Amino acid sequence: MSASRRTYRRNILWNAALIHRLSGIGLAIFLPLHFLVLGLAIEGAGRLNGFLRLTQMPAVEFAEAGLIFLLVVHFLGGLRLLAIENLPWFGGQKWIATAIAAVSGCAAFVFLVRVL
Amino acid sequence: MSEAVSTLKVSLWRGGSDGRFKTYTVPLKANQTVLDIVTWVQRHLDPTLSYRFACRVGMCGSCAMTVNGRPRWTCRTHVTKVIQNGMLEVAPLANMPVIKDLAADMRPFFEKWVAAHGTFAASKTRTDAIEPIKPDEPARRAADEAIECINCGACYAACDTVRWNPDYLGPAALNRAWSLVNDVRDSDRTSRLAAISAEGGCHNCHSHQSCQEHCPQSLNPTRSIAGLKRLSMQAFVRGEINA
Repeated sequence: MSASRRTYRRNILWNAALIHRLSGIGLAIFLPLHFLVLGLAIEGAGRLNGFLRLTQMPAVEFAEAGLIFLLVVHFLGGLRLLAIENLPWFGGQKWIATAIAAVSGCAAFVFLVRVL
Repeated sequence: MSEAVSTLKVSLWRGGSDGRFKTYTVPLKANQTVLDIVTWVQRHLDPTLSYRFACRVGMCGSCAMTVNGRPRWTCRTHVTKVIQNGMLEVAPLANMPVIKDLAADMRPFFEKWVAAHGTFAASKTRTDAIEPIKPDEPARRAADEAIECINCGACYAACDTVRWNPDYLGPAALNRAWSLVNDVRDSDRTSRLAAISAEGGCHNCHSHQSCQEHCPQSLNPTRSIAGLKRLSMQAFVRGEINA
């Protein structure tokens, strides 16, 4: 029934789940690259420093701000899910999910302001 | 009935799972429900239109359909509150086979209800004294919060875990299991916990909370499933159920 739209997904908590999943995938892609870069230090400080100079580029700094957002939103979103599943139920889930997104956005913005 | 003030274009799903939407023009009246619209089409435009309803007052859970992409109980859904750009699109519930037109086959839904041990297993006979149940006990309150399910299937149709994993028992069956594991009169607790902990059970839930969002009775199956996850884990640690 492809013609039927899936508007049931248009709610805050479904989008919170989507963001949690996508941020997890993003971090899973990032982590191996992160360890590869750290591995450059084993081969010598020169190679690592050469790569780290790339992080001075504005495009990379924007990407790092995005990474900060992914990290914070995935961490806090994960805490929310753990609390749902392991603690007595508490209300205000939509408010909490929205606050997590806002805090994550603020963290990324503060990082960007500091590095630019 | 009040006078018709204007008309509305409504697209209704026709045929089986390989069917298509067909558009009808119907009069738009005051206080009209989506079920009224569907009934009007069947009685005035196409008597072959198939759909399911019974009580028309939100008690039986028969008339749930997909309205503009969201599962809703059509007898309690006012057209003016869900209309989008002057259009109304009505389809059978998702995540279930289509029998014909707007009637979904709810057998998988109820088979899972049974698989989750959704039937009450009495621990006493009619000759025993009636067990006193205090309404303010935590377990009874947990059971009461989940017990008003009318099995309309809206939560099941809104659940993406069901969409991705057809073996998943789904929110309604697990919510029913939660109400029973909190019923002190029930005698099937351990085997029910084993059933809902098995493959396709409560641990498949991703806590998207779409069931909670779309339940027309404002129940919270996500809370029930979270409770089952905790009980399941405790039973496993105690060695009462196997992995």
